[in-house]
Amino acid sequence: MAGAALLGRRVMWRVGTVVALHDETATARTITFQVPDWPGHVAGQHVDVRLTAPDGYSTVRSYSIASAPNSDGYVELTVERLPNGEVSPYLTQELAVGDRLELRGPIGGWFVWRTEQTEPIQLIAGGSGIVPLMAMIRSRVSAASTAPFRLLYSVREPAAIFYRNELQTLSDRNHSVSIAYAYTRAAPKDWPRPPSRIDAALIANKTWPSNLAPTCYLCGPTSFVESATDLLIAFDNGRDKIRTERFGPTGERK
Amino acid sequence: MSTDAADYLDGNAAAGDLSKIFAVDVTAAQGQCANCGAIRRFAEAHLYMQAPGVVARCAVCEHVILRFANVGQRVFLDVRGMSYLRLEI
Repeated sequence: MAGAALLGRRVMWRVGTVVALHDETATARTITFQVPDWPGHVAGQHVDVRLTAPDGYSTVRSYSIASAPNSDGYVELTVERLPNGEVSPYLTQELAVGDRLELRGPIGGWFVWRTEQTEPIQLIAGGSGIVPLMAMIRSRVSAASTAPFRLLYSVREPAAIFYRNELQTLSDRNHSVSIAYAYTRAAPKDWPRPPSRIDAALIANKTWPSNLAPTCYLCGPTSFVESATDLLIAFDNGRDKIRTERFGPTGERK
Repeated sequence: MSTDAADYLDGNAAAGDLSKIFAVDVTAAQGQCANCGAIRRFAEAHLYMQAPGVVARCAVCEHVILRFANVGQRVFLDVRGMSYLRLEI
């Protein structure tokens, strides 16, 4: 234990208490935990959540942190409910304020945006892949960073957008975060682009040109991340400038 | 998009379990594939978790670069598939 304490960075399990719940969409809920002794996190990191049943059976899932780094020990996760999920139905429907859960984190040192970064940032989200990217956007705001951010957010339909009002406010008030939506199944009335997946035209029109050498963060289902990565590379973005995080086909990370 | 090849996650998803073994973050660590020589961040590895253990494969050639399995209070770790792993401490 002395060794672990000296290292200070060792990831450990902590108990978080649910202090707020907020529905983002019909199927996604944001859970705010208060975690005593939370060591702080960096935008883009995730936590493992462990649920243990009365019979001792336990299971672990990874969820990205949605909140900006803060000194108050608050950690927000946004969880999408999966029809056949083992954990997400509980987290999004049964969990109540005051409940306590085990959290391990923060985890990850690669898929992160640090406030010292000043280069242009390209965020590309597929569905609930917006969550760690939202932490980056919030971190940018709370640190008063002037790094130019663009977000390309692919969603099934308008009602599936997470953090809609907050993104709208940011987009209206401060054009250094510019936001583009790509709808895959149903677009708003009079939307110029018929519903379809992200394609070369969208990358050309809505993302930073590669000569600005943006750092790109992509998060979403594996197939989404693969195709968006290929498009970025086709537009001459360097592989070393592209950081990815994949969700499985089920949307749960494990 | 039924069951195509995209049934893997990435190295990020193993980072919580690997934190039991490594004192520092492994997702940013650079490893060299012992098969094709590609040098990539561990976060970029293709991760398969449907088995009793976890298998990480090279993102370039799909060679197995890391395996681990929990067996009771023991962890088996096999990193033969990498010629090195460079960790930031």
